[in-house]
Amino acid sequence: MQEIPGDLKFLKSHEWARVEDKGTVTVGISDHAQGLLGDLVYVELPSVGDTVKAGNAVAVVESVKAASDVYAPVSGEIVAVNEALPDKPETINEDAYGDGWIFVIKPDNLAEEQEELLDPDAYAELIENEDH
Amino acid sequence: MPSRDRDNARPPYGRRLAMTQQTILNATHRALGAKMVDFGGWDMPLNYGSQIEEHHVVRSDAGMFDVSHMTVVDLHGARTREFLRHLLANSVDKLKVSGKALYSCMLNEQGGVIDDLIVYFLGEDFFRVVVNASTRDKDLAWIERQAKAFDVTVAERADLSMIAVQGPNARAKVLALLTPQARAKAEKIGKFVAVEGDGLFIARTGYTGEDGFEIIVPEAQAVELWNRLKEAGVAPAGLGARDTLRLEAGMNLYGQDMDEAVTPWEANLGWTVALDEGRGFIGRGVLEKQKTAGGHRVMVGLVMDEKGVLRHGQRVVTPNGDGEILSGSYSPTLAKSIAFARVPAGTSGTLQVDIRGKLVPVRVVKYPFVRDGKAIEGI
Repeated sequence: MQEIPGDLKFLKSHEWARVEDKGTVTVGISDHAQGLLGDLVYVELPSVGDTVKAGNAVAVVESVKAASDVYAPVSGEIVAVNEALPDKPETINEDAYGDGWIFVIKPDNLAEEQEELLDPDAYAELIENEDH
Repeated sequence: MPSRDRDNARPPYGRRLAMTQQTILNATHRALGAKMVDFGGWDMPLNYGSQIEEHHVVRSDAGMFDVSHMTVVDLHGARTREFLRHLLANSVDKLKVSGKALYSCMLNEQGGVIDDLIVYFLGEDFFRVVVNASTRDKDLAWIERQAKAFDVTVAERADLSMIAVQGPNARAKVLALLTPQARAKAEKIGKFVAVEGDGLFIARTGYTGEDGFEIIVPEAQAVELWNRLKEAGVAPAGLGARDTLRLEAGMNLYGQDMDEAVTPWEANLGWTVALDEGRGFIGRGVLEKQKTAGGHRVMVGLVMDEKGVLRHGQRVVTPNGDGEILSGSYSPTLAKSIAFARVPAGTSGTLQVDIRGKLVPVRVVKYPFVRDGKAIEGI
């Protein structure tokens, strides 16, 4: 299991969010989540320019085993998507917190919405409890 | 990140339950880092890291699966063959030489499939049947009920484990571990034949489309056999890989591709039904009527060239009405999605599948999709 980077925030549904210096939010799924899904074979990305709401499904990741929605941790506009993923979805298995990022949101209401997200310790505790 | 397939969660991907059974290899799987899942009430390895890698190892070299959860049932009695003529849709009269195996459906009175199984002929008064794990209880109840009239005793062999060793190099790797006497016997057997040697029941059968053996071993020796196979370079593979391998090989999965509401004709298992003269097997009347009437649903193979994954329960749109995806998955050999679907009669060509509200084109193809490690031409 990969160490959880300290600068990430999480949704209970296993998405991670990183607030970048320029104020955008990069989003992916956690290393724990990729482990649960197993080998990923397909990623359905949102379109740049899409408006998304916190808690809504905006992408889909599919493993051999199952398809899962990826929820937006914050509201805003999609300003970038990871174009490399459709051809190499296994990147998420290999590097969930780095090259396996899925999309970037320019947030509308970051200050308020990020209060709702879990810090790494709280997320670690959540998945610890899930395992037992 | 909730699963989109929650409603369709079935083996081999069911949820882990508290009261699950374990095979004798459970601790071995865990020590190998297996991700365990509940499969028909058994705590079984889904993968040992990457199910796609395990799939490729079986297609290119040799892999092994713990299939000890499957149910071995021994049938004894002078009238066992007569009993099996009545019980099974395929004809045990095809079994003439000791050790020979036969794949068959066991049907209810309505012609629906109670289970699919392999039966081995070991003597006129001794046949061995291997049925699925998830159907154990109802199978045993049905077999026992039917066996009474034939004075056949039904003995479940819970004392036996089973390891399937599959792949182009599987047989060589198993043979190298046997004593000269056992090896001489096991290297000679043709496909769908079993021999006994070194206390093992070695059958040249499988569920992957590759050559190999399924080895029935006394539980007390199973861990040692597994470890010796591993040392011989046979890679542990989980039920995830087993599922994609059997789907590529065009093999049905009970519960997903057929069940008690489906006849063999509707599950593309007509080749396993023997309408031999004068044999009144259970369900025969209904099968004959359906065959004569025609127009029943059929099972077809589908290939999707677009990105995405076909999954159990998705709607298939055809010119003759809707059908549905049965087994559907990603094919590691083809690097695209394949599936079985049940569709109205006369369906062919290009159809559409409803994936999250989007209609995606799929091609109807003849399967198996993969044979001898390679895609079939035209797939």
